[in-house]
Amino acid sequence: MTDPKPITPPESCGDSGCGTRREFLGAATAAMAAALTGCGTLSKEEFLQHNFRELSKQEVQDVIARLEKEYKAKYGKDVKVANTPAIPGVIFGYALDLSRCIGCRRCVHACVKENNQSRDPEVQWIRVLQMDKEEGVNLQHADQYYNPEEVPQEGHFYMPVQCQQCKKPPCTKVCPVGATWREKDGIVVVDYNWCIGCRYCMAACPYGARHFNWGEPNLPADQVNTNTHYLGNRPRPKGVVEKCTFCIQRTRNGQYPACVEICPTGSRKFGNLLDKDSEIRYVLENKRVFKFKEDLNTQPNFFYFYGV
Amino acid sequence: MITLKNFWQFITDTLRIILKGDRLYYAWVGFLVLLIAIGAAAYLGQLNSGLIVTKMRDQVSWGFYIGNFTFLVGVAAAAIMLVIPAYIYDWEPIKEITILGEMLAISALIMCLGFVMVDIGRPDRFWHIIPLVGRLNWPQSMLAWDVIVLNLYLLLNWFVVTYLLFCAYTERHYVKKLVLPLVLLSIPMAVSIHTVTAYLYNGLAARPFWNSAILAPRFLASAFCSGPAILLILLQILRKTTKLSIKDEAIFKVAELMAYTMGFNLFLTAAEAFKELYSGTEHMVYFQYLLFGLKGHTTLVPYAWASILCGLAAFILFLVPRTRTNWVTLNIGCVLIYASVYIEKGMGLIIPGLTPDVLGDIYVYRPSFTEIAVAAGIFATGFLVFTLMLKAAVPMMLGEFTISKGQPPQEAPPQNV
Repeated sequence: MTDPKPITPPESCGDSGCGTRREFLGAATAAMAAALTGCGTLSKEEFLQHNFRELSKQEVQDVIARLEKEYKAKYGKDVKVANTPAIPGVIFGYALDLSRCIGCRRCVHACVKENNQSRDPEVQWIRVLQMDKEEGVNLQHADQYYNPEEVPQEGHFYMPVQCQQCKKPPCTKVCPVGATWREKDGIVVVDYNWCIGCRYCMAACPYGARHFNWGEPNLPADQVNTNTHYLGNRPRPKGVVEKCTFCIQRTRNGQYPACVEICPTGSRKFGNLLDKDSEIRYVLENKRVFKFKEDLNTQPNFFYFYGV
Repeated sequence: MITLKNFWQFITDTLRIILKGDRLYYAWVGFLVLLIAIGAAAYLGQLNSGLIVTKMRDQVSWGFYIGNFTFLVGVAAAAIMLVIPAYIYDWEPIKEITILGEMLAISALIMCLGFVMVDIGRPDRFWHIIPLVGRLNWPQSMLAWDVIVLNLYLLLNWFVVTYLLFCAYTERHYVKKLVLPLVLLSIPMAVSIHTVTAYLYNGLAARPFWNSAILAPRFLASAFCSGPAILLILLQILRKTTKLSIKDEAIFKVAELMAYTMGFNLFLTAAEAFKELYSGTEHMVYFQYLLFGLKGHTTLVPYAWASILCGLAAFILFLVPRTRTNWVTLNIGCVLIYASVYIEKGMGLIIPGLTPDVLGDIYVYRPSFTEIAVAAGIFATGFLVFTLMLKAAVPMMLGEFTISKGQPPQEAPPQNV
């Protein structure tokens, strides 16, 4: 049901099918939509752009060129929008050591910086929950807004929550237009140019991993990360949903996600689940792990464990 | 060809008839247009700034818009249910009641689609959900199902109403072989639109408040209380202000049937509350938030109890034959049950489903001014559509306004609601 689909199916919708559809819709409709939605900058190409998975290779190149031009105009910077596909033989896995995490939220801020989130209001893909040690993992005793002088606080432990990159993601199942899907390397992505902003996926996600651009994302030009991916951290428009992608722009090039790199306690482990010698496989083999909200059968590729 | 010409005249005559009316009519239409203008202005503001002008946020990502949508799907479904007793008991004005029910359904559906449109973040991408043109994630997404069944239901009702009125207008008898199957089809369709809408929430394991097997039955039971309540009041107004004759016993029979559905609705609600509160698992927190408040947050509590008490009071008024057949208590009961279901199937369904959120956070949601203004505009649009349809339909149904007469009779102009 939720099998990953190829990013670019071989000319599944080449010139014939979509071309006529596009002509049928016409530029006039685009202009009307632009006027209707108050998006004065909505171009005909953007309005008529089809679902990313249905684009031909040439169309993907055109879309990327258009986006890079738009970003250049908006931020005065050369933003590179990559389209790196999943690496064959790789499924990404993540493990988080609850006994090491001190709740410093450096991951939260590194993530915001890396992934070009809106700064005001600030969209955070990682939420760190402060839990009572006596209660264990109990959401009714979780506090996201803890703000002491110093962490960790006596009697508490910390549980960061981000997208769990489920094998059976409820969010992709409910999307009415197929704007979100699971890639072959297990990363759940969103096509920000196809999402209609109905927020059904947010209602479906048991982890609060999906975030909505309620207003125009506010990303200062000097803070733009220019190394981006179409399905990841490229600057987003208002009115669409976004989420953690395991830093797809980094991990598909062999780098760690920003949250893994910044963590001062080494609580965050990341790697290829299909590689027997990877650190993530070591954790699964030698530590006792659990999955968050296991009873919902979402089958996350994100694990929690107690390392010490 | 002749039919086409007649149809053109039918359209122009309909337009003429809805443009003419007495002072009360103009005042009512003017009031609705004013509300629509206020709503449109508020919506333009929302388009410009984004949904940030609402009070919805990541924790409570659906609110007043989707609450109203859900309630109105119930109204659309239940409007048709009145057709069933009309056929079973073979009431005299069957055709009229059918037309009224279907017009109410059309108006409710227009409001439903309006509430969905204002809720989405990218209305410029509406074409993405149009089958074949866009990419509908069917059959996986319940929202895709909902888009299909709601639009089919709208088309079906629109066709039957137009056809019946056109026949009345051209002074021909309608083809029963065509109409009866369509009207009968609209009954399971009515059940299906509300079931699919219930499944929209029901299928989300992340939200225990909605993830209950009796959610769809509860939707249907409550809709069969609120929908007929509107029609009962409407029938009384129409038979007072027009020549439409509806017997007392027809109204009392509907009231009696409503008593049973109300009782059943209360029973289902109690069954749900018992299961959650007695077993007392962590899923109880949503019911607690709704009925008693949680960690000092009690925003919903007065509304929840008002809904329960209104529902109980209406049930008693409709159950006792003496109060059911008394016009004053009957109409009080109608208003009470309508209010009860509006709370229960609107905010009382959406907000506790999302509060506390999936990570235990409590975000207290109250609709913003923009949300209320936009909602008022959509309700006004629905009422306007219904008023205009009624204005044209009633004289046609009564045979006062037909192609040969051409003009509405001068001596007895139909009054309006």
